[in-house]
Amino acid sequence: MKPAVKTIEMKELTLPPELEVVNMTKQFGQLIALDNVSLTLKPGTFHALLGENGAGKSTLVKCVMGFYKPTSGEVRFNQQVQAIDSPRDAQKHGIGMVYQHFTSVPAMTVAENLVLCRYESAALIDWKAEYEVLNAFMATAPFKLPLSVPVAQLAAGEKQKLEILKQLYLKSKILILDEPTSVLTPGEADEVLGLIREEVVAGHLSVLLISHKFREVTAFVDEITILRKGKFAGSGRVKDLTIADMAEMMMGEKRIPQTVQKTLHPDPAPVLQIQAIHANKDNGLEAVSGVDLTVNSGEIVGIAGISGNGQRELVEVLAGQRTATDGQVLVNGEVYRASRTEMFQHRVFVLPEEPLKNACVPHMSVAENLALRTFDRPPQSKGWVLLFKPIREAAQSLIKTFNIKTPSPETPISNLSGGNVQRTVLARELSSDHINLLIAANPCFGLDFAAVDYIHSEILEARNRGVAVLLVSEDLDELLKLSDRILVISEGKFAYESSIAEADFASIGRSMAGH
Amino acid sequence: MLTYSRWRRTLEAVSIPIAALIFSLFLFGLFCAAAGANPFAVYGAIYKAAFGSWFAFQNTLIRAAPLMLTSLCTALPARLGLVIIGNEGALVMGGIAAVAAGLSVADFAPPIVVQLAMAIAGIIAGGLWIGAVGALRHYRAVNETISSLLMNYIAIALLNHLVGGPMRDPSSLNKPSTFPIPDIDKLGTIPFTRVHYGLLYGIVVCIIAYYLIQRTTFGFAARTAGGNVKAARIAGLPVGKLTIAICFLAGSSAGLAGMVEVAAVHGRANESLNANYGYAGILVAFIARHNPIAASVVAILLGGILASGSILQRQLGLPDATVYVFQGLVFLVVLYSESLYGRFAIFKEPDVVTPPTSSAPLAG
Repeated sequence: MKPAVKTIEMKELTLPPELEVVNMTKQFGQLIALDNVSLTLKPGTFHALLGENGAGKSTLVKCVMGFYKPTSGEVRFNQQVQAIDSPRDAQKHGIGMVYQHFTSVPAMTVAENLVLCRYESAALIDWKAEYEVLNAFMATAPFKLPLSVPVAQLAAGEKQKLEILKQLYLKSKILILDEPTSVLTPGEADEVLGLIREEVVAGHLSVLLISHKFREVTAFVDEITILRKGKFAGSGRVKDLTIADMAEMMMGEKRIPQTVQKTLHPDPAPVLQIQAIHANKDNGLEAVSGVDLTVNSGEIVGIAGISGNGQRELVEVLAGQRTATDGQVLVNGEVYRASRTEMFQHRVFVLPEEPLKNACVPHMSVAENLALRTFDRPPQSKGWVLLFKPIREAAQSLIKTFNIKTPSPETPISNLSGGNVQRTVLARELSSDHINLLIAANPCFGLDFAAVDYIHSEILEARNRGVAVLLVSEDLDELLKLSDRILVISEGKFAYESSIAEADFASIGRSMAGH
Repeated sequence: MLTYSRWRRTLEAVSIPIAALIFSLFLFGLFCAAAGANPFAVYGAIYKAAFGSWFAFQNTLIRAAPLMLTSLCTALPARLGLVIIGNEGALVMGGIAAVAAGLSVADFAPPIVVQLAMAIAGIIAGGLWIGAVGALRHYRAVNETISSLLMNYIAIALLNHLVGGPMRDPSSLNKPSTFPIPDIDKLGTIPFTRVHYGLLYGIVVCIIAYYLIQRTTFGFAARTAGGNVKAARIAGLPVGKLTIAICFLAGSSAGLAGMVEVAAVHGRANESLNANYGYAGILVAFIARHNPIAASVVAILLGGILASGSILQRQLGLPDATVYVFQGLVFLVVLYSESLYGRFAIFKEPDVVTPPTSSAPLAG
């Protein structure tokens, strides 16, 4: 056989299959997370799946990977319908997924992690043979990693490379990358994506990249599919589209801010002053890099941004859950360190995201959770002694006013549904008639329309009373509707600021995407 | 509805530990059979030695007193989500401090003052000992389980050093000890019994601890921080101060146990102070699910088992360490039983009916 013929044959043999997702729908109870979405991943292309948080990107790939069973719709390989019931089935069809977070064992070496990831490992491992195979594999791999180094000693970029190498080692032909660069520096991200792109161009791989970074999409991707609120919102070839086109598809048509009843506050005074705040993520990398912001009384300041750009850490600093590494926060002109005394004195309240995780004690009762801000002062306690009757009565009245559905005030709050947990926190934080500063982070995430309307009206009502409100949200509609001023946070810094009347939708979208 | 759901939860919290105890009795029976003894004779002997007569029961109560106090050293921090096992060390430190304080005031003060001084010294010494564990935990993120365990060894070494050196009574020849507390200053016995007042200390402190955790703002703050530290921070609760304060209180309970042992049983500090009451206290706290009132009951139960050690040796020819095998088995089975909560449908509350719109999971 002549060498030339052989290469052609090899190329055909190794070309990844065409993956088609046809009319995929996934329903969770009443919520339609994915609504009749189709997508084609052509062999040897780099395809990006774009969309805001909650657009259904993860749901779609989880259906493809067999984590979820789709309500309807099918997956086809080279036009043949295949049922994928588990990630193992997906592996059999040559689909491998790389997650946002590392799945390697830090204390084990690169070689051990690679052998570990095989599903059908034998009981005994012949390390000599394994090393021969691994060395041969490394020689042809797009990136090289030292086999005998423990994973804990690798840099973040190298760990991410290892995640991808695992999939190549498992002979995956189709790689699904779920925001693979969110833990990497831009330099590392470019290197990793660049090397993957070379593999794609060489016809060894097809890649489906979940991302919301336009920079990466324009630099490395051939085709895109965009989802919005669980529905197909557009697709096309990257070279035919501008960033503005993609942003518009991702966020919907230009929207006029909904007008709401707002009263002008007479003499606004600065309530919250954030001065050069720096804060780190849990892993020690800097998340917030020196932001300055003033929120006046009777004003809602909205912060937009794609999640993971430092807004969570900023809110945690303001809520007292995270220590700032530098800078200071002033409330009413005084230094604010989020102690209980200061919270009470300056009347600061917080509506955090994921209320069960951030603002409730799961095994304590609804009544106790409602009393979290008030239990240590009259009438709920006398000196050191808790008075259960007033605590219970206060809870009963809040349960009634805020329409919390619970069997009794003594039920552990973790037994309640998500919406009712949210109502409980809302009741606790908004029932006080003397709020001065309210910090809200995605207060309506996952709620139905009625609840959203209710929370919006409560926040607006507080603003009209003169409360200073800082609203951090991933929902641009919500921000445009409620805010008096809007800022965009990107990579830990404010990238855009304007009053709501002058807010430019396209620039907001670009700033969010880091342009 | 309310009483109904509480009833189920209480039943679960009572049945599971009892079932665990019964199962460990069964395992222990297997062990005894393997060691050549009739398991039923063993059960009978334990029962007789622990609760069989008024005389035996008094023995049990004497052993239960320090257990009640040391169990709080694990039970209180557990409400904050900390696992502290430095009970033995805090007991030893409390005992040493009590002897030192007692001896230094015994010459001129009346007995009640001497006893008070001993109690306060024990409380402070034990409190500082475990308080240090809490401070290490809060300021330097040192694992509190490991550090409190290691502090036990330091305390025991310190005890051996002090009774063998600086604090040694030259007349204590084959068992180095401190000078004895004068008999008049020792804790007396409850009228009509052989049981010393330490039992009363134990019961009172357990009741105070229960009240503190369940009925005070301090306890509420501690339970909040233990249940979810993020929620505690959002409410501005001083998590660090709470950690150190709870650890101090925990240590002071065990320190008081040391004082009781010194002032009522040994009359001096020597290696007998290190009699495993600290470690058994951990077990009491776990069986009682960190409820101080339940701990006082469990302490009596376990005190009985400990009291039966010598009888097993004399009557059945089993080594007296056999009771420690039983203790170990109980501990393992109780720890395992922790994983069974919420597994039995019979203890589950009926499902809460919610409107479908708000119960829909969030899509990613």
